[in-house]
Amino acid sequence: MSNTASHEVTLAATGLSRRYGTNLAVDDVSLELRRGEIVGLLGPNGAGKTTTMKMITGNLAPSAGSVNVCGIDLIERPTAAKARIGYLPEVPPLYKDLRVDEYLRLAGRLHKVKKTELGRAVDRAKLRSGLSDMGRRLIGSLSKGYQQRVGIAQAIIHDPDVVILDEPTVGLDPNQIREIRSLIRELGNEHSVILSTHILPEVEAICDRVQILHRGKVVFADAISGLHQFRGGHSLQVSLRRPPPHEDLASAVAPARAEKLRDGVFRVMSQPGQDPTDQLVRTCVEHDWGLFQLSPAQASVEEVFVHLTRQDNAEPNEAESTAGADQSTETTT
Amino acid sequence: MIFTIAGKELRSMFASPLAWVVLAFLQFVLALIFLKQIDGFLMVQAQLARTPNAPGLTEIAIVPMFGVASMVLLMSVPLLTMRLISEERRNQTMALLMSAPVSMTQIVLGKYLAMVVFLLLINLLISLMALSVLAGGAIDSGLLVANLVGLFLLGCSFAAIGLFISCLTTHPVVAAVLSLAVFLGLWIINIAASDPESWLHLLSLLKHFEGFMNGSIAVTDLIYFGLLTVTFIILSIRRLDSDRLHA
Repeated sequence: MSNTASHEVTLAATGLSRRYGTNLAVDDVSLELRRGEIVGLLGPNGAGKTTTMKMITGNLAPSAGSVNVCGIDLIERPTAAKARIGYLPEVPPLYKDLRVDEYLRLAGRLHKVKKTELGRAVDRAKLRSGLSDMGRRLIGSLSKGYQQRVGIAQAIIHDPDVVILDEPTVGLDPNQIREIRSLIRELGNEHSVILSTHILPEVEAICDRVQILHRGKVVFADAISGLHQFRGGHSLQVSLRRPPPHEDLASAVAPARAEKLRDGVFRVMSQPGQDPTDQLVRTCVEHDWGLFQLSPAQASVEEVFVHLTRQDNAEPNEAESTAGADQSTETTT
Repeated sequence: MIFTIAGKELRSMFASPLAWVVLAFLQFVLALIFLKQIDGFLMVQAQLARTPNAPGLTEIAIVPMFGVASMVLLMSVPLLTMRLISEERRNQTMALLMSAPVSMTQIVLGKYLAMVVFLLLINLLISLMALSVLAGGAIDSGLLVANLVGLFLLGCSFAAIGLFISCLTTHPVVAAVLSLAVFLGLWIINIAASDPESWLHLLSLLKHFEGFMNGSIAVTDLIYFGLLTVTFIILSIRRLDSDRLHA
């Protein structure tokens, strides 16, 4: 769907850095977004996701770097650039003592929606975020999920080119998460969307591209398909009733590697282009190992994620400084 | 855009009972003073008629009312300005304004405008009470206008200082207490000076307000209140801007 839209660049952030005192929270982050694209910004707590988003939306001035929204420089012409961005911060900026309609009208007027079009804009934003029957309700009396929707409605009311959502599904129940996700996917058809999260399957479910931030730096930036390749081939989870010793299985599936997860459950990892499934099933039957479950391993994004952060730790010359940073992130989060 | 922000601010001001309580309290206290003064005037009316250059009804009944009104403003403006910025920070709603295509100047002026409208409302209520005298007597309109202008400018200065202090903290109550302390300090700063020519008198809000209460609109007083207001509005804008740069 997103491929049919024109590939014009809607947001380009280059070399963004942000310092808090001596602490470099975001270090040389670049980001490009095309129309009709959903980009996931991924990273552990304190990786700099929120800071990056605040800089892109003009809530925070970058220490270095520039942001360009549809050809308009955010620092030189902030109001013109901000008019093209819709932003849902981590905590939705809701006035609890206003009704949904009042609040959305206010948001629309703040975003320079023309008075004659305001009513229609409010209706459309409510329709898209599933709030049509909630116009008369006080925001403070709505449930968390509905408040989140009001936050999203606020971000799309002026039909912005770029929608930026900071952890939009935090604290919602599974049904609400599904609804919000499908809404985001729908938004991705017309707008460009940046979505930050630390929930890994969420990125796989809705994003076209991923950027992984770690300690303020971009450590991975590619399409979702690239993420699967990065993982390095397939991963299978095998459950056996009568498991052989680990070495037997390992030699049986070679050149793929086997890893014991717990009693009778193994993970078999292979290089791209090789499929050990046939070989594995045949061996299991031959040796009567009692194969009863064979499934592709879950959480592939997680693997990449862990891999990237581990890799960072393993760099020997940085070992000392990263150990220090580790402690500081633990205490701050 | 300024009007949008001001409108929102007024709406939430009147959505909470605080604004109504302040207005009701002000009216109640002023009405009490007003009636008492009129009563007193009626008792001595006969004597006053015989003395040349005697004070009129305006001096006796209306001017004390403004004196009390200024004290009520001193106490109530901190309650109204405390939430202007600090509550937005506390509830993290500032992001809505910051990411909207609105400049800091517009945000601050919008919030300030809401306070000015509220002060105008107070002035309107007071002048209506004063004008009720017309039902049975004459009024010194020059004196009344000077008092209204003085009270309005005083309120504007309070509002600007309160707005700035609200920019400094995320706790509305801290902002209110701090504002009250600053207002009181500025009100009576001249007490510290034993020398009647001391420059401290120039800083005192009370000294400048007294001029208006005596019926004179002096340029120095206008400049004083004007400078105070403009300075603190600019400080507020700068303070919010620095939030974006250094926070």
